[in-house]
Amino acid sequence: MTTVSKAGRRKPPRSVIPGFGITLGFTLAYLSLIVLIPLAGVFFKSAGLGWEGIWHVVSSPRVLAALKLSFGAALIAALINAVFGPLVAWVFVRYRFPGKRFFDAVIDLPFALPTAVAGIALTALYSANGWVGQFLEPLGIKVAFTPVGVIVAMTFIGLPFVVRTVQPVLEEAEKELEEAAATLGASRWQTISQVILPTVLPALLTGFALAFARAVGEYGSVIFIAGNLPMVSEIAPLLIIIKLEEFDYAGATAIAATMLVLSFSLLLMINGLQAWARRRHGHGR
Amino acid sequence: MTRRSLLLLLTFILALDARVASAGNELLNASYDVTRGFYRDFNPAFAADWKQKTGEDVRINQSHGGSTKQARAIIDGLEADVVTSNNPLDIDAIVDKAHLIPRDWASKFPHNSAPSWSTILFVVRKGNPKGIRDWSDLAKPGVSVIVPNPKTSGNGRYSYLAAWEWAKRNNGGNEAAARDFVTRLFRHVPVLDTGGRGATTTFAHRGIGDVLLTFENEVRLIQSELGDRFEVVVPSLTVRADNPVAVVEKVAAKKGTTRVAQAYLAFHYSDAGQELFANNDIRPVNDAILKKYASRFPPLNTFDVDQAFGGWARAQAVHFADGGIFDQIYQGN
Amino acid sequence: MAASANEVRPTPPTDAGSSAPPPFEPLMQRNAAITEPGWVRWTLTGVAVVFLSLFLLLPLVSVFTEALRNGVGAYLSAIAEPDTLSSIRLTLIAAAIAVPLNLLLGVSAAWAITKFEFRGKSVLISLIDLPFSVSPVVSGLIYVLIFGRQGYLGPWVADHDIKILFAVPGIVLATIFVTFPFIARELIPLMQEQGTESEQAALSLGASGWQTFWHVTLPNIKWGLLYGVLLCNARAMGEFGAVSVVSGHIRGQTNTMPLQIEILYNEYSFSAAFAVASLLAGLALVTLGVKSLLEWRYGDELAASRRH
Repeated sequence: MTTVSKAGRRKPPRSVIPGFGITLGFTLAYLSLIVLIPLAGVFFKSAGLGWEGIWHVVSSPRVLAALKLSFGAALIAALINAVFGPLVAWVFVRYRFPGKRFFDAVIDLPFALPTAVAGIALTALYSANGWVGQFLEPLGIKVAFTPVGVIVAMTFIGLPFVVRTVQPVLEEAEKELEEAAATLGASRWQTISQVILPTVLPALLTGFALAFARAVGEYGSVIFIAGNLPMVSEIAPLLIIIKLEEFDYAGATAIAATMLVLSFSLLLMINGLQAWARRRHGHGR
Repeated sequence: MTRRSLLLLLTFILALDARVASAGNELLNASYDVTRGFYRDFNPAFAADWKQKTGEDVRINQSHGGSTKQARAIIDGLEADVVTSNNPLDIDAIVDKAHLIPRDWASKFPHNSAPSWSTILFVVRKGNPKGIRDWSDLAKPGVSVIVPNPKTSGNGRYSYLAAWEWAKRNNGGNEAAARDFVTRLFRHVPVLDTGGRGATTTFAHRGIGDVLLTFENEVRLIQSELGDRFEVVVPSLTVRADNPVAVVEKVAAKKGTTRVAQAYLAFHYSDAGQELFANNDIRPVNDAILKKYASRFPPLNTFDVDQAFGGWARAQAVHFADGGIFDQIYQGN
Repeated sequence: MAASANEVRPTPPTDAGSSAPPPFEPLMQRNAAITEPGWVRWTLTGVAVVFLSLFLLLPLVSVFTEALRNGVGAYLSAIAEPDTLSSIRLTLIAAAIAVPLNLLLGVSAAWAITKFEFRGKSVLISLIDLPFSVSPVVSGLIYVLIFGRQGYLGPWVADHDIKILFAVPGIVLATIFVTFPFIARELIPLMQEQGTESEQAALSLGASGWQTFWHVTLPNIKWGLLYGVLLCNARAMGEFGAVSVVSGHIRGQTNTMPLQIEILYNEYSFSAAFAVASLLAGLALVTLGVKSLLEWRYGDELAASRRH
């Protein structure tokens, strides 16, 4: 925002602000105890298989197909949310229409509704005899029990992440910049694409990353709508469950560890990109 | 804020240290999914009987979940005194992986420790529009079959094995023909739900499929819940699905509940217990009581998994294990 | 409060226009330069409403429709069932422990990340995000691998007769794990935006670190904090997969609301399952109602603090 704050962020006089040691220490300790050490268990367990064993599990055509579906559908769902999420946020922040507050409240529904309930409700809506499915069926569009259904469920659970990260940034966006752009002769479209979009971009990337990450591992809401046919509509977390049903903990953790590594790399990439976008455009968020 | 956080932290630590009251008169029964109705009737009946015989009070806690999931929970430390399952394999798993139950558990109670059994039947839509009478009709063109995933559900496993055995017997014991039939059958399956209830929802609420394969007691639940829109078809051959029980002996010994746990399981065989099974659409092993409820239980021609497939463990290894025949059906083409 | 933070800033950016409209009312200014033609506005609004209806509103309506299928009487008696009531109690307990702990983490992580520069910050942020990407199934499994009978700490836990798995502590742990990132994730961007000069000013005037946090930082972040807590709480109460793995499903003892819903569903009590689900859906609406109320009540202050 202001030059002062930018400089302040870049080079904080370490001597002035206290609490670095205690807050970082607490964060790292808590993170380790609750997240990292338990997750390490997954890697230890799968390490029992050895590299070859892990490769054998993960490279089987069925697991590959499931990983492809989970990551592919999550990517498409996150992209859908990356288009509609900012649009929804924009409409909420800039326009006024009847029922706006209600819709604003409904955005967080995917967090509160247990995922299995969401799955059952979505399947009911999008199956051939459902409220929505009955209109899609004559058009030859099948949603429930196909990979499309997987994307629908993943879009549902990821939406709040994008809307809720972009919304505050739009609320903060300074209108002087838009006015200045307009005064300088920019069309509205140019203003949006060259002034507003760059401001929103870092937040959008964050929202995209979170929505994507959440969708990759999702089980409860997807399982009812997916159809679960091997090689076609079977998601990777279901294969983890199947391995567990066979008491094959090592195999289950091998798939879990693979998914973790992939997700973490993607998160790291997107968070790095986000930090870069923030530096480049010199905007908060 | 800090004082409250500290207080909550303290609560948390106390909760961590909470010890389970290991009174000798409290049992935990880890059971499979659809037995809630049965145990709601059975547990008070047993408690009354026990009180009358010994003067002691007993309280029975119930845990329900998928049969294999429950076995896994016990292996991982769920302190159940007794396990009541819908297949013997899950109890064997507790024996193998956690050594909490002696290997000869099946000999501890009559009928291989299985006080009740069920079977797989067909549910079709009212009027049976596709004319489904037997297994052969399931693989006919235009017929769509709903069956839960054999990898994750007991119904699915039993349905698969019943189809296999029927095809084998109808082709002079030819295993290749059986495999061919089961492969064709699963090409008619549009959705593989992970559990019996999901499959029922897909069939009954979503209107998908012409026939649903599921346990007899679920068939009755479908009819009572969803009314008169369905008919039951009894195939020419189906599977006997035993519901075995066992005392988780090491847990019971630690908690001092062995005596009451054994009495609890034995009560499943009493006339009162057998009647309660019949009332809940689960077939009792006592033939006299089964006959008494003949109107509920049509006569069946059944086979036994142990005899037909050389034991449950072998059936599991050949058909359902990773890379087994079920996987090959889907990966081979 | 917010005003004191403003004083150290060069010029608090006000909303456009010399007419100086109230800060919370800039939305529909008919300034042709910075708004879109009517048809664009209505098209975008229409698209947003249709999208939200298809993906969010209809599922919500269908939950309530199913819940009330057998009438209000059946709905109420489904909720008043003792096992359901005990599941509600357990859900509240789990959230009451998990949310404050994650609040503590959120504040301290955001402080460390936004007030200081250090190597590996991106890695730390990604690690905080990580629980989002872990499949709920795995989030439960990790505690089984540690505290289970065959787990790394299993024998020790059993020897000391401590119950973690299949008891309340396991459920709380899984809930903490799943809701771990919410508050931190809400605060980090907000505090990044605010920079450090307010704190520096306060400190140079002789305030202690704690006083600075309490009187300068906290007032500036309280709205972000509130949103984070609301979201964290909603998710804590709604979590199913992870809790399902560690609960043991003991009726009346270790079933949370989402697990109770599953049990009812598996017992063919379709409408009872949706009745309990509608409580959780209602929770989303109530918390968001509270949020709206606060925004309306303290709108000016919020607009001010959001802007800095």
